Amino acid sequence: MNPVPRLVEQFERGLDAPICLTWELTYACNLSCVHCLSSSGKRDPRELTTRQCKDVIDELERMQVFYVNIGGGEPTVRSDFWELVDYATEHHVGVKFSTNGVRIDEKVAAKLAASDYVDVQISLDGATAEVNDAVRGPGSFAMAIRALENLSAAGFRDAKISVVVTRHNVGQLDEFKALADRYGATLRITRLRPSGRGADVWDELHPTAAQQVQLYDWLVARGDGILTGDSFFHLSGLGQPGALAGLNLCGAGRVVCLIDPVGDVYACPFAIHDRFLAGNILSDSGFQNVWQNSALFRELREPQSAGACGSCEHFDGCRGGCMAAKFFTGLPMDGPDPECVQGYGEPALAAERDKPKPSGDHSRAGGRKAPVPLTLLTPPKKFCNESPV
Amino acid sequence: MVDLDVRWRLHPQVAVRPEPFGALLYHFGTRKLSFVKSVGAVEVVTALGEHPTARDALRAAGVEDDVTYRKAIATLAESRMLVRAP
Repeated sequence: MNPVPRLVEQFERGLDAPICLTWELTYACNLSCVHCLSSSGKRDPRELTTRQCKDVIDELERMQVFYVNIGGGEPTVRSDFWELVDYATEHHVGVKFSTNGVRIDEKVAAKLAASDYVDVQISLDGATAEVNDAVRGPGSFAMAIRALENLSAAGFRDAKISVVVTRHNVGQLDEFKALADRYGATLRITRLRPSGRGADVWDELHPTAAQQVQLYDWLVARGDGILTGDSFFHLSGLGQPGALAGLNLCGAGRVVCLIDPVGDVYACPFAIHDRFLAGNILSDSGFQNVWQNSALFRELREPQSAGACGSCEHFDGCRGGCMAAKFFTGLPMDGPDPECVQGYGEPALAAERDKPKPSGDHSRAGGRKAPVPLTLLTPPKKFCNESPV
Repeated sequence: MVDLDVRWRLHPQVAVRPEPFGALLYHFGTRKLSFVKSVGAVEVVTALGEHPTARDALRAAGVEDDVTYRKAIATLAESRMLVRAP
């Protein structure tokens, strides 16, 4: 029952509930990756309480959202993280969580191995410490590998290694695959977005036009069994329609969305900005109401103008690309993606453009100095015992 | 092709979410998502376990000769959304 165009049209009109949803539990993070989508670092004093999080899970269960992708920040530094994971899986909401590995010690790995309903995704942006740590910070490669070793030793099957493809690691795809094989893991690769702190580094980090082709060819040749989260639909114009696996459509506000640590609902994980804010689960009567009735999501579910891309023969393949990528690079929303494979994005990027100001930032002051895992290794006794500022 | 002369039922770890186009099926074990693309097919698929054979289920719904229904059953059986039942 593979998706057919009719179904894609259904999706573009939006579903009564998202197929899956990303939920960032905290803005606190022990790392400060240069491309962090959510500009994480410091806890936000308004972050949802344990009770409020459980209420969200209850609502997701009622709406039959089958699973949530939990992220952050580093979600495992929340002291109630495991309590919330258990609560979700007990309430028929599966959990996939993304982590840099900081808390995946032997004991946690054993606990995870015993659960049938939790998937773990370890972030790694280089197949070598040199490439990885330049983006994710000193010591982060070793931390991720230790987590993978612990999971593998505990018998946890099929962890995911999650890679954001950059100019510096696109040549390491085979090495990433070998790394995944070594730990019985699955490789997941996704697109670098100019969102959050990513806006500051995107120009230097995003794959070149030649590398996009290299990436596409690798996916077509070796992509079987590689997860992409439908991330590269902007590349579908490089080959035959359907050569890339997946739905190849932008699901923002239609089949996916993001709940942030304070309960704000955004159209997608790459769009944490007021422009894409649909509402707040606390002040707008819950998630279901925001999902079904927010003005922004209703607008996104209307037919979108192809604009400048209307006459392009590849429009059916890429649908104009990624909304967030255009917005955060300061390109018009009804024009080509900045990484348009026909090259239409390049002149647009070269022209004068106005990048939007971030509407929120939880980065630690002074940027990255050194890894700070030790201060967070012991969870605060109460959620608010640790000053967020 | 799938054996229609035995009893099939939804895998116990499969959840069915009704949608305007039919239903979304999610298998909590394999983490796979499937789409059933008509309301009629959803009715047949969810009722399979109540009939001694899949053919009986198709007959009860009046769609015994409709190849799209058989294909739906075959696809779901292949992805382990459906399992043989005693």
